[in-house]
Amino acid sequence: MPVYSEKVMDHFMHPRNVGEIENPDGIGEEGNPVCGDMMTFYIKVKDNRLEDIKFKTFGCGAAIAVSSMVSEMAMGKTLDEAMKITPTSVAEELQGLPKNKFHCSNLGAQALHKAIEDYLSKQKAQGEKKE
Amino acid sequence: MRKVYLDNAATTPLLPEVREAMLPFLGEVFGNPSSLHDWGDTARQAVDAAREQVAVLIGANAEEVIFTGSGTESNNFAIKGLALAQQSKGKHVVVSAIEHFSALHSARTLEKWGFELTEVPVDKYGMVNPDDVRESIRKDTVLISVMHANGEVGTIEPIKEIARIAKENKIVFHTDAIATAGTIPVDVKELGVDALSLAGNQFYGPKGVGALWVRRGVRIMPLLDGGVQEGGRRAGTENVPAIVGLGKAAELAKASMSARIKQLTPLRDRLLKELPASIEHVMVTGHPQNRLPGHASFCVEFIEGESMLMFLNMEGIAVSSGSACTSRALKASHVLIAMGISHELAQGSLLCTFGLDNTDEDVDYMVKVLPPIVDRLRQMSPLYSKFIKASKGGK
Repeated sequence: MPVYSEKVMDHFMHPRNVGEIENPDGIGEEGNPVCGDMMTFYIKVKDNRLEDIKFKTFGCGAAIAVSSMVSEMAMGKTLDEAMKITPTSVAEELQGLPKNKFHCSNLGAQALHKAIEDYLSKQKAQGEKKE
Repeated sequence: MRKVYLDNAATTPLLPEVREAMLPFLGEVFGNPSSLHDWGDTARQAVDAAREQVAVLIGANAEEVIFTGSGTESNNFAIKGLALAQQSKGKHVVVSAIEHFSALHSARTLEKWGFELTEVPVDKYGMVNPDDVRESIRKDTVLISVMHANGEVGTIEPIKEIARIAKENKIVFHTDAIATAGTIPVDVKELGVDALSLAGNQFYGPKGVGALWVRRGVRIMPLLDGGVQEGGRRAGTENVPAIVGLGKAAELAKASMSARIKQLTPLRDRLLKELPASIEHVMVTGHPQNRLPGHASFCVEFIEGESMLMFLNMEGIAVSSGSACTSRALKASHVLIAMGISHELAQGSLLCTFGLDNTDEDVDYMVKVLPPIVDRLRQMSPLYSKFIKASKGGK
């Protein structure tokens, strides 16, 4: 077994917020199956806050735990706050990740950021339409 | 909780008879085989007896067997030593694309030392086509090395045919028989090879010991310089207890080989049939018939191997995977990729290898435990939801 912290094992065995959101406000995808890990985040935004977050992850134990942790850290946060979540802060919350897993599996924050960016660009496009 | 060890390709356990044979050499019998007194004589006789037991296992002469520190050392020694000894004749080496890293990386090291390397491809079953080997031969080819069977997908290679081609062209031929020696019949004369690697922990012997057989008259350059142990071909004081254990394991393997094959094959065949029947989108990897007796390997679509391994371990089942995440190098198995399996599918690789301790109940347990694990991971997988949406959209 890989050397994972208790927190990683907890999130791996009981991942929070797994699933998809119908008609999400933003979708973000990161990683690819070649490197072994791939994550998709779905978000619902209300009053500039993340009202709901769901994710789906293909990958190792670390990738699943990272996704779950990111969803938990970002839930209810403002978009600005969520954009400040980094791979390092996620790894810290998980009581550390094995060195070789830090880069390839720690893609949750990026996937979430992409979902937020997707939301913001849609907002912008809608605004332009109205004008 | 039930404990089921299905990772015998990683290592087999030590048989009690083997441990018993080794024990005196971890205790009162401590002499150095090179010493010229009674203590040394006793140790040397034990090493020579083990050499005879290993020779009998592979149909060789005892003095052609060189003990090494592992299968990896045997392969390094063979590839580098046989090529270097002939470098005045030529500097071209041929290996298959699915060799174990100890052989493949040795060949790539030769490349760095000025040799040229051809890696022969395999088909979708991981089978080398002897004609491809024939076509790869050049005037300056000095060594061909193709494994007897692949430990990741279980496919047994047409070694006799390849050895014949090597012989026709007067090229030295080595086979890595680490997955086969002690498991299925291996006879160096019948195979027609010039050198052959084997390892103790693949057939219920100890870890950290292997052997390289080199046909008399074939030149090999030593990797380790020092004393004249092993006929001057492998210096260093012998690991006497491990060598004695390897010898005993070889003797037992020879005596009970057909019984072992009869025990393992039905277990393998059940799993090869029942896992794909109980889980959708599971493919068998490796050759359907020409495969090692205890070897069942699969690719489970839409999920990744390490997470499967972790959940199985929590249920008491030990298996392996060739996924990127389970490898230290974080690369999917070069064997599966060489067979034309996509990176995505290779991530779901699952390797179950049976041993003498396994029973039908272990197959029942595996077939019961795995489907809900796969289902759980697929519910989490973006690849699976894409697949489901695409197939619904198609209807």
